[in-house]
Order: sequence, then C-alpha cells, then structure tokens
Amino acid sequence: MAEKRYWKGLEEYTNEESFVKNAEREFSEFAPEDFGENPNRRDFLKLMGFSLAAASLAACEAPVKKAIPYLNKPEDLDPTIPNFYASTYFEGGDYCSILVKTREGRPVKIEGNTLSLISMGGTSARAQASVLDLYDETRYRAFVRKDGKLPEEPEAIVKQNAAIDKEIMDKLASARNIRLVTPTIISPSTRQAIQDFIKKYPQAQHIQYDALSASSLLEANQESFGKAVLSTYDFGKAKVIVSIGADFLGTWLSPTEFSRQYARNRKVAKQKREMNRHYQFESVLTLTGANADYRTPIKPSQEALLVASLYKKVTGSDKFGDAKIEAMLEKAAKELKAQRGKSLVVSGSRDKSVQILVNAINEALGNYGNSLNLDTPTLTFQALDAPMNGFVEEVKAGQVDAVVFYGVNPVYHHPRGQELEKALSKVKTKISFAFQPDETAVLCDYVCPDNHYLESWGDAEPRQGHFSLIQPTITNIYNTRQAQESLLTWAGQAMPFYDYVRAYWQANLFPAQSEMSSFDDFWKLSLHNGVFQASGEAKPVSETPEEANQVEELVEDAPKGTFKADVNRALAEVAKRYKANSNDLELTVYTKISIGDGSRANNPWLQEMPDPISKACWGNYLAIPQSLAKEKNLRQDDVVKVSAKGFTFELPVLVQPGQAVGSVSVALGYGRKVAGKVGQGVGVNMFGVLKEGFLSGITLEATGKQDRIAQTQTHHTIMGRDIIQESILKEYQKDEYAGRHIHKIATYSGKRSPTDITLWKGHFYPNHSWGLVIDLNSCLGCGACTIACQAENNVPVVGKKEVLMSREMHWIRIDRYYSNPPEVQEKLASGEYDTTNRQLEEAADNPEVTFFPMMCQHCNNAPCETVCPVLATTHSSEGLNQMTYNRCIGTRYCANNCPYKVRRFNWFHYAEDTRFTEVNYHQTTDLGRMVLNPDVTVRSRGVMEKCTMCVQRIQAGKLEAKKEKRPVKDGEITTACASACPTEAIIFGDMRDLESNISKTLGIQKETIKGEAGAKDKTEYKITEPRAYHVLEEINVQPQIAYLTKIRNKDEGKGGHGKGHA
Amino acid sequence: MLAQCRNYCQKLAIFTLALLFAFRLQAQDTPTDSGATAAPDGGAAAASAKPDEAIYNKGKALWEGNCTTCHALSDEVVVGPGMYGILGRRDKAWLKPWIKNSQAVIASGDAYAVALYNKYNQTVMTSFAFNDEELDALIDYIAYESEVAMKQKDAPVADAGGATPGQVANTGASSGYFNLLLGILFFVLVLILAVLLLMISILSRFLNSKEDLAEEDKEVVNQRINLGSLFTSRPVLGGVALIFLLVILKGGWDSLVDVGVQQGYAPTQPIAFSHKLHAGEYQIDCGYCHTGVYKGKSAVIPSANICMNCHNQVKIGSPEIQKIYKAIENNRPIEWVRVHNLPDLAYFNHAQHTNVAGLACENCHGKIEEMEVVQQRAPLTMGWCINCHRQTVVEHAKDNAYYDRLLEYHGKMRGNEPMTVEQIGGLECSKCHY
Repeated sequence: MAEKRYWKGLEEYTNEESFVKNAEREFSEFAPEDFGENPNRRDFLKLMGFSLAAASLAACEAPVKKAIPYLNKPEDLDPTIPNFYASTYFEGGDYCSILVKTREGRPVKIEGNTLSLISMGGTSARAQASVLDLYDETRYRAFVRKDGKLPEEPEAIVKQNAAIDKEIMDKLASARNIRLVTPTIISPSTRQAIQDFIKKYPQAQHIQYDALSASSLLEANQESFGKAVLSTYDFGKAKVIVSIGADFLGTWLSPTEFSRQYARNRKVAKQKREMNRHYQFESVLTLTGANADYRTPIKPSQEALLVASLYKKVTGSDKFGDAKIEAMLEKAAKELKAQRGKSLVVSGSRDKSVQILVNAINEALGNYGNSLNLDTPTLTFQALDAPMNGFVEEVKAGQVDAVVFYGVNPVYHHPRGQELEKALSKVKTKISFAFQPDETAVLCDYVCPDNHYLESWGDAEPRQGHFSLIQPTITNIYNTRQAQESLLTWAGQAMPFYDYVRAYWQANLFPAQSEMSSFDDFWKLSLHNGVFQASGEAKPVSETPEEANQVEELVEDAPKGTFKADVNRALAEVAKRYKANSNDLELTVYTKISIGDGSRANNPWLQEMPDPISKACWGNYLAIPQSLAKEKNLRQDDVVKVSAKGFTFELPVLVQPGQAVGSVSVALGYGRKVAGKVGQGVGVNMFGVLKEGFLSGITLEATGKQDRIAQTQTHHTIMGRDIIQESILKEYQKDEYAGRHIHKIATYSGKRSPTDITLWKGHFYPNHSWGLVIDLNSCLGCGACTIACQAENNVPVVGKKEVLMSREMHWIRIDRYYSNPPEVQEKLASGEYDTTNRQLEEAADNPEVTFFPMMCQHCNNAPCETVCPVLATTHSSEGLNQMTYNRCIGTRYCANNCPYKVRRFNWFHYAEDTRFTEVNYHQTTDLGRMVLNPDVTVRSRGVMEKCTMCVQRIQAGKLEAKKEKRPVKDGEITTACASACPTEAIIFGDMRDLESNISKTLGIQKETIKGEAGAKDKTEYKITEPRAYHVLEEINVQPQIAYLTKIRNKDEGKGGHGKGHA
Repeated sequence: MLAQCRNYCQKLAIFTLALLFAFRLQAQDTPTDSGATAAPDGGAAAASAKPDEAIYNKGKALWEGNCTTCHALSDEVVVGPGMYGILGRRDKAWLKPWIKNSQAVIASGDAYAVALYNKYNQTVMTSFAFNDEELDALIDYIAYESEVAMKQKDAPVADAGGATPGQVANTGASSGYFNLLLGILFFVLVLILAVLLLMISILSRFLNSKEDLAEEDKEVVNQRINLGSLFTSRPVLGGVALIFLLVILKGGWDSLVDVGVQQGYAPTQPIAFSHKLHAGEYQIDCGYCHTGVYKGKSAVIPSANICMNCHNQVKIGSPEIQKIYKAIENNRPIEWVRVHNLPDLAYFNHAQHTNVAGLACENCHGKIEEMEVVQQRAPLTMGWCINCHRQTVVEHAKDNAYYDRLLEYHGKMRGNEPMTVEQIGGLECSKCHY
C-alpha cells in the first residue's frame, strides 16, 4: 500500500530550500528583536542603570491601590461573578443567537445560545470577535458635522447632538426626496420604525442592498415560485450534496447554521456508519471544497455551463465538454437521481439564470419541502441589486436631495462605489449612522453614530416565524444613539427603542402564542431565552447520531406544480452568455471567513486570523495555480500587476494548490481606505469585480517587487511525523479500525504497544481527568475556536511583521494538510509517475485537504515538564499540564522539547509595548483592555504560554459544584473552543466520569488490574473507541487530547494513515 | 623571657577588652532584664526550660506558620486566647486532640472545651493534622516562649525594632537563658581582665627595677599600647569588612524577601469607618456588607447604598457619614484604599474558602472586630498560603458530595489519616495561577 503523503505547503511538497533549512528549527527565522534602531552598549548600560534605580525605588513602598465600590450596586450584579445576557449577532447575513458574558457590567465574551433553532449554539469567528469592536477607540464619539469637530465639554456635546438633530430635521423636511440606504433589515421593529420615518417624510424611499448580495437567488425564486425570498436549507437532510461554487460552510448565506446541519450528517459512530456525500465544483479552493468528498476544479466560466449540464443530466442526459469534469458530473448526477428528495444542489452564482436552473434541478429531484423549503423562508438576505443600481444612477443625475446611510458603506463595498464617491457631492444632505469612520461616512455632512449592537435594543427575524431579541449589555460608551432612535426622533416620535421594541412585540408577537397570558411574562421569558418561535411547533433538530440516523419521512408532494420558471429560456441564456473552452485567464473574487465584506476590517483579531486554506493573514493576495506560476516563472510573494477590463492593481502572488488551472482569485474585504489604524491600507479592494461576476482575459505582469505574505502554514511544522489517520467510509463500514495505525514496538518479548514500555510512573487522577476529543470528521476548519480562545484567554495580536517571523500567539491553530488524492497516489505507487516536478504538479493541482486542530495535548508524560529548569510547567492531579507564568524565566526549553509545537513565547510585552499600537491599539489603551478576561493573567514579556484547557472555566465550574455540594455535572464546564465550535467537533469533559459525553465518545472503560505479589490493585481507564487515537502515540507522551479518525465518503482509495514528509 | 610574657598578657587584655566591648554592643540591642533568673510571676505556670534546639525550631516553624493569626504568645486575646500559662490551664493530653480537631473535643462534651468555645464567640478553631511529635514540639515551644513573651510585655521594651504595636513579637533572639550566660561570661571576662592587668603591672614594675635591662628591652617594656596600628592591622580590617558585607547581604536578602509583603499595613481610609464598632460592638455579620464573600472571588467593598440601609436613620449628622451623603450627591463613588493587595498573577477566591471550606474570616484577617482601622494581619505571601494548604484538613469534605471520589481514593491510599488540602491538589500551580 502506498503511503499517503501530507504536506502543509508547496514549499514543503517540493522540498524548497528555505523550507528544508527551517524545518528543523524551533523558530523558522532568526530576527533581531529591535525595530530598526540598534541599541549599543552605552544605551544598554544606561537602561540597566535606570532599571536598577527604578527597581530599588519601586521596592521601597508598595503603591497605594484604590478599591472603588459601586455607589449603588445593582441587585443582580456581583463583582467577579459573570452575568450572561441573551442577544443576537447579525452582520452581513451572518446570524448567531448568542449569550453575552459580562463582568462588572462590561461584555467580555460571546457564547452561542443553544436555544436557537437556527444557530443552535454555534458561533462564527466574526461573532466571537465582535466584542472587540465595542471597545474600539476610533469609534465616533458623538454626532459630528463634516468638519468632524467635537466640543470638549460633555454638556456641549449633548447640545451639539441636539443641534445636529434639529438641522437634520429641517433639511429633511425641505428635501424633495430622501433615500434611506440600508443592508437587509431583519429586525421587524426596525422595519416599522423605518415605516414611521417614511410616514413622516413621504418623499423618503427605503433602499436595501447587501454587499455580498443574494439577489440572483431572490430573483430566481421570484421567477420560479413567485416569492422573492431565500429558501431555507437543511443540509442535514441531504444525503448527496452538490455545490457549484457555493462556499456554504465558509461564507455563503448562513454558514454557521449550515455547518451544524452538514456536520450532523458527517459524524459517524458504531451505530451510524453512514454519512452524506459531498461534491464540490469550484475554481477557488474554499473551506467547503476542502471538506468535500469529491472536489473538481473548474474555471469560473464553466460554472454556469456545468449547472446547465447537470440539469440536463438530472432530467435526461447530457455530456459536458471537459472529460475530467464530465466523469465527476456524471457520477454526481447519478447519485443525485438515486437520492431523490434526499439531496441538495446549491450554486454560488450571481446569475439569475443559473439559479433558476439550480431551482429546476432541486425541483426535479423533489428536494423542495425536504432539504430546502420556501414555506418558512430565510430572511437574512432580502435585497435585490436593482434598487441600489437605480440609486447610483439617481445620485449621478443629481436627483437626490437627501440620503441616510444606515449600516452600509457603499463607497467601499458597492461594485459601483467609485462612481458613487464622485457623484455623492451632488446630494445636498448626506447623513450617515456609521459606527466608526468609513469611506462613505467621511463624505457625509452629518454623522449620527449608531450604537454598537452590544449597546442596543432590537430584535431579529432571521427566518419567518423565528424571532430573537437584542439587548444592551453595557451603557453607551460614547454619546452615540441607536440608529432606530435617530430615525424615530426625526420622525417626531422620540422614544427609547426599548419601549418601541416592547410595544411591537406586545402588538405583534404576543398574540402569536398561547402559552402565556401575561405579556410581561412573555417578554421576560423571550428576553431570557433570547429567542421565540412563533409557530411553537418547531422542534430542536436531533443531535445524537442514533436520532440523526433515523430516516426522515419524505414529503413527496411539497410545492410541486408551483415551479413556473422558464427553464429553456434560462438554458438559452446560459448558453449564450458563457463560452465553453475559453483559454483566457480568468479572475474571480471570493470572501474570507475572517474579514467577510470588510466592514470589520479594523478588528485585529479578524485580521490576524489565518485563512483556513492559505493560512495567510493581514491582507489579500493573488492566488494562482501552480501551472501558472511555472509558466510565468512566478514565485510566492512576487508582486504582479494584474490588468483587465479597466481594472489594474498590484498584489503579491500566492501559489495555491487547488486553484483551477486557467484562473486566479483575490479575496474581497481588503483595501479599506478609511477604517482606523488596523484595517486601513491592508490589501486591495476588489468589490468592483462583482459587477461582472468574474473577469476574463486578464494579464499578469511581474513587477520585480516582492511583498511577503504573512502565512502561518509552515510555522510550527511537526516534522513529518504521523499525525493524520484517515480512511474511507466503505472501509469503515467493514472495519471500525479502518485507517488506524496501531504502533507496535519490537521488544525482546515480542511486539508491544509503545505505552506498555515506559520509564514513567504515570499519574493517577482521583477525581477528574479533563480531556478533549476532536472529531476530524466534523471539524470543518472554520477557525471560530481560534478566535473564541483568543477572546477567552487574552491572547495578544502581534501583527504582520511578527507573523512573518512565526511569532503568532494563537493557542489553538488549525493545521491544514494537503495530500494526494487516491488516483494520484496509486499512480505514484505503481511507478506510473516518476517523481519529476511536472507530475508532482498534477498532484498539487487538486489535493485532498485535512483540517487538524492542534493545541496543547496535555501529555501525561510531558516532554516540556521534564526540561523546565524552574518547574514552571508541571502536572496537575486532574490531567492538566499547568503553565505558571510567574515562575517562567523564558528559557524556551519547553517549546523546543514539545513534539506538537504548541507553546508560544512572549517576545514582547504586547499589552504595553506601544510599538504594537499599529496592529492592535486595543491592547495598549484602557478602553481596549476592557475586553480582557479578568480571570486570566495578561502575560508579560519573556514568558512561555500555551493552551490551559481553559483552567479558569474548570475552576469556576468546580467551585459552583462545591458550593452546591454535588459532583460536577457533565456539560456544565466546557472550554472556549468547544463551546464556540459550530459543529460540536470538539468535546470537552471529565474522563473519570464514565457517564460523560467524552467518556462515551471514547468508549472509556474502567479496568482493575490485579497487583502483582502484594502490590495494590491498579485501576486503569482505557479508551476503547476504535476511531480514537492520540497523535504521536509512538513517543508515549500519552496526551489527554484524543482525535477521531477522518472518514471520507469516497469510493476509491484506501486512506490509511498518513506519512508526513520533511 | 619575662618581657615576652608581659607582652602576651597585654595582647590578651586588649582582646578581652574588645570582647567586652562587643558584649556591650550586643547588650544594647537585646532588651535584657535583670530578673532573668527570677521565677515567673504567673501563679500556675511552672518555669519551663528551653527545649532542645531541634524541637524548639520545629515548634517555632509550626507556631509561626499556623497559629499567629489567631493566637498571641502573651495573654493577649487575638482571635483565640493568649498562650501564656497554657500548660497551667490544660495538660498536653487535653491539648493534642484539641489542636487536631477542636470540634470533636467539643462534641465529646468536655465541659472546659464547651466553655472555651462559647467564650470565644463560637469561633471554630482550624484543625491541624500534626503528628504527635509535632504537637509536642509545638506545645513545648509555646510553653517556653510564652513566658519569655510575657516578660517582654511586662518589662518596658527599649527598642521595639520597628514592629507595629499589636504585632506578635515573635522575632528577636533574646531569651532569659542567653542573658544569664551572657552575664556570667561578662563577669568572667572582667575577672580575667583584672588579673591580666594586675600581671602586667607587676611584671613591668619587676622588669623596671632590674638594672641590667638592655636598651631594646626597656623600650619594649615601657611602650604604650598602639590602638591605631591595631585597628589598621589586616586581620581586623578584614574581619570588619567581612562582618559589614554579611550584614549588608542579610539586610538585602531580608528586604528582597519582604518586597510587597505588607503585613501590618493599615492605611488611613477616606472615611474613618470602624470595624470595631460595626463588627465588634454591633456584631453585624461580615456578609451583610461584604456581599460577595460567600458567592464570589471578591468579598466586595460595600457600596454606598448598603451603608444607607442604616445610615439614612442612624447618625446622619456625623461628618464621616456626611461623606457618604456627599458621595451619593456628587455621584462619585468612595475611593477606599485597598488593604489586602494580592498580585494579579495569583487567583484567590473567597467563596471557596468561606462558603465551601467554612473558614472563618478571622483565619486570615485576624480580629477585625477589634480593629479601629483595618490592617493586614496575614503576610499574604505564597509561603503563607502554601503552609496553610499543607496543614489544613479538609473537614468539610465529609458532607459535600463533590469530595466523595476524593475521600474514597484517600481512604484507599492512606487509610484513616486526615485528608489535607495538599493531598487533593491544593499545592498545584494551576489552582491559583492562570
């Protein structure tokens, strides 16, 4: 059997010199610590003299510290005890029902709300990071005019606010027409407030537009079913999923929700040896494509033709031009037909005709009413493109008197932003509700800053009949006012929005239920739960594998007969618009899971979050396939000039395995011109391309310049040791141990397990044995855990420069490994391929991808513990590898000795070093520091840190149990990563508690081993789950973290354990 | 030959003089009392001999690590009774079980124990898992040292060594035995000196009376003592330098160890709030004002509205109370000065100690109800924390289901030995540092 080869990046795959040189090193590159200036000996002595003097002075007397109590302590608030409030995060289509953790009245962490039937306790990385935006000091502090002047006196600020209100009302009253531009409004009470505003100003018109619009889907549904709404998808009900360019796990429509549904069907267990099959056709290697069982790279221009062909195949027969694609498409079509009603086809196309065809396919497959429906439509995208285009025309023609921008930044993220920027001066009165300066707000006459959502009241209806509430968790930090209140004020109905929302719920939602007779009770319960389902019949989706395995009854006669779009016209249009076999180089744009549409570009957590695939952060780049790099003789980091159809821009090149041959891609969301210190001037703005969908006939030209892309991919490499164990479903069905590599070591008494031969005495954990189990099958690589961990554990942001030196500080990283798909593997094994570069290229063109979350493994025989000269890292009696910062002297021996490379060193005192204000001023200002978790120490320079398994949460949970005089309940303690995970791929628990979820998942069994000759009996807890394994079992470090093998639903290949490569 | 003999005598005399001088210096530092050998005036207490050095040190360590927050060596009441005359009141056989588990003794119905418990406001004495040997050492130490302390307390102390009043005087190397020895030595030295001087004068006179003395010898006989050259001689200078260096090092080490230790810290507060009045005289429960003490990490400094529960009626006119009114009027909270400052890197949770372990506040905070101005009683050093965790028995484990598995394991491994905090992981780094 050929051993599968995994690699982290092309430089590793092709054994590039720089990689080989660095692979053996602990830190890939030596770099001096100073930032430019070289301190000399004299400076050093001066500094030393000063610090000696300072230290001795400081030692004289402890500083007087103040203890300042509340003047009037709120009854339900106790300092040091967190309070949780249910609220809602909604931004750019990303909806999460959340719980906000507050400490001493300030929000510090976002958790998922398990009561929501939509997000089901999952959160996205962006939702996790949203709490940091609240404490952004670049926010507008009060209402300002164009000059941006702000009086100093607090009273004067209030006065100016009122004065601006008055001016605006005068101007609005005299305006001939008013346009209110917003993104999709999913808040019913905000909609009503807008109606009230329009009632007062009948000349006003409400225009919605979404930066990443779903207009084509809405139009297609309008044509197909007469409803311009979004279907509600349930990927959990689909046994076969075909996605053509839709990144539904990463960025398409509602990824948090889809991830949960999708993963439910990916999980396998003894009782459930089935999973969905997922085909992906796409040009950019997305998160979704990386998780697909079969991924086929296609050129952007082939997308529409492929959908047309699939339609023909599903309803009859057809042959797609490209032989490779044809084979895969035929296979997909066959399986789709075999799973009528239990399949789903989605497309990310912005072309209405294509979406009509997709609807037709789903209709033909009987999927409506099963895996997707229009009865309870999703409301997170409601905006059509046409009205906004009309608005741009109007502005250009000078026909608009007044405009109010609410939650949008069209100058930046509308495809025609540049036109708008030039024409906007023709509008007499321009008002923005911008939260912080952006490209549109700086052109406006008035900015009346909106509150952050954590300071606001509100509600949301992400899906028809599913409501949730937004409640403030902190009083306004600045003199801002909620946008809805501003609208109401201008409409002459000034009132707190709280009263307005309450009144709306009393009038509209309270009658929709019958369980409660008092509105107060209903309101309190809804506010407590955060969510309210109007229908009352919706049940939580089954979560256990057994339940999920039950075949749902098919709804055969859903909306059949209602489909009325003209499929033939759509087919004709597609055939007309797209040419097959184009040889042009094509460029597409895509969205990053971290930055999204770029409106949150000033959030350093998101900027530093590595892209799940390329592992790059801090900026966008031109992703090109290997073949193009060869052809044009381009290497990673070379800056190229890209030109096509009126677009020219310069970006560095990143050679991306899986990028379709003949295409290149760039991420949206970068290139902000006005966004605050962090987000400004990072990357290039690509929203213009959305006008076209994709660009063809582009040319690349090397500029000879270099711009290094900050990638974390080959940092902390684990040097080619076996870490991935995977197999395919067919094998797993036969043998639960499929893909497992069970290490044996030859000894004089025969082959034995490495854990049997030991010099260690081992630990016994009398009460708890905390651990994690990570299901590689349901980890989709989204990275929400990384950001959740950052928020929970005060992990600093280090900036691009430091990332380039491999000094990123994330405690949990998601390793992404590429590997050869089986067909290439077989050819390599049979010798059909020699290992010349050309053929390796082919392997790299469409690799398989494995995501592998890696954090401190809390080894029982920890190599780090034995080398610490000061015992700063030790073992606890609960299975934790403890890191004691105040004891650490920074020798870094532990990092050097860690086989998993999960230890992070504080090269600087990030919390105080002003050199890092450029990349994260939040760390160095009092306001920004309000986001810090008060239960976790802020690490100083020169100490090591690493995952603590959220020991602060463990301790807090234990204390709760002790106070109530009971054992710890399973599930009441969880780590930040596990709670943020939208797919429940990470399970935390006590492995001593045989009833806990983790023990059951791992099949832990208690065994008593009879002691030999007088010795006491030994109790051992053994993992019996066949899929469970420890990484690097053979070195006998015995981690507390277990992984479950990855199972792909492929027909061919053997999987097998991986062999790395160094 | 005789001249040499005289010379030696002279040198010896100078040395003795120096020794005497040194004693004088030492005596100034030590609060000596002339009645060192006199019988103690405490009626029932019998004079205790100083215990063996090893036992003494062991007892001392135990005492200082565990007892000083509640007990004084003299007859002063801190939280519990003063230790003076303890063996006169109770014997060892009674004391040992009491220290190990006072509640058990009370439960057994011992009349003295019950009376004692009631006398001291039913404050539960912490149980200590000392073995017999340790208990003996501790009791011997207390018995001996309490007498010394009592004497010190009675005799006005010349130099308090910077100790704040009320702080338990447990430092200083003085003891009656030592003083007695010193006195004898002093007397012997004076005697030797007198003899030597006598010998010198006799020898000088005898030599001078001899006619055939050589010129050089005469010079030697009649030479004056050259103190200057003695002080500048190498060994003396070297010795002085060495002593100086050692003193500096000791001082430096002590001050380094003491950095951040604010035992006895009693800053003036913005409002002269008296715990003695509120907690002592009026016996208001600590948790009434410190609302977080049983719930959370922080005990919580009470907010002004809690003061107002009473003071909207009581003593409204007082200028101190008016400060609270002013704070409320101006909407500015009162800025108290923090007395107990734990570094950020250490995590301490009140609820764990008060609610779960059932420890009384006095254990760490001392006799708050007698403090006019609150002061830090415990050193709050890591050593202090750890020591308590080492020796405290987890009494509350029996009726808390959380500890069931721990107790079961403990029983299996260690039998009937009491389970200390250390044994269930109380010394692990991540219990306090994360």
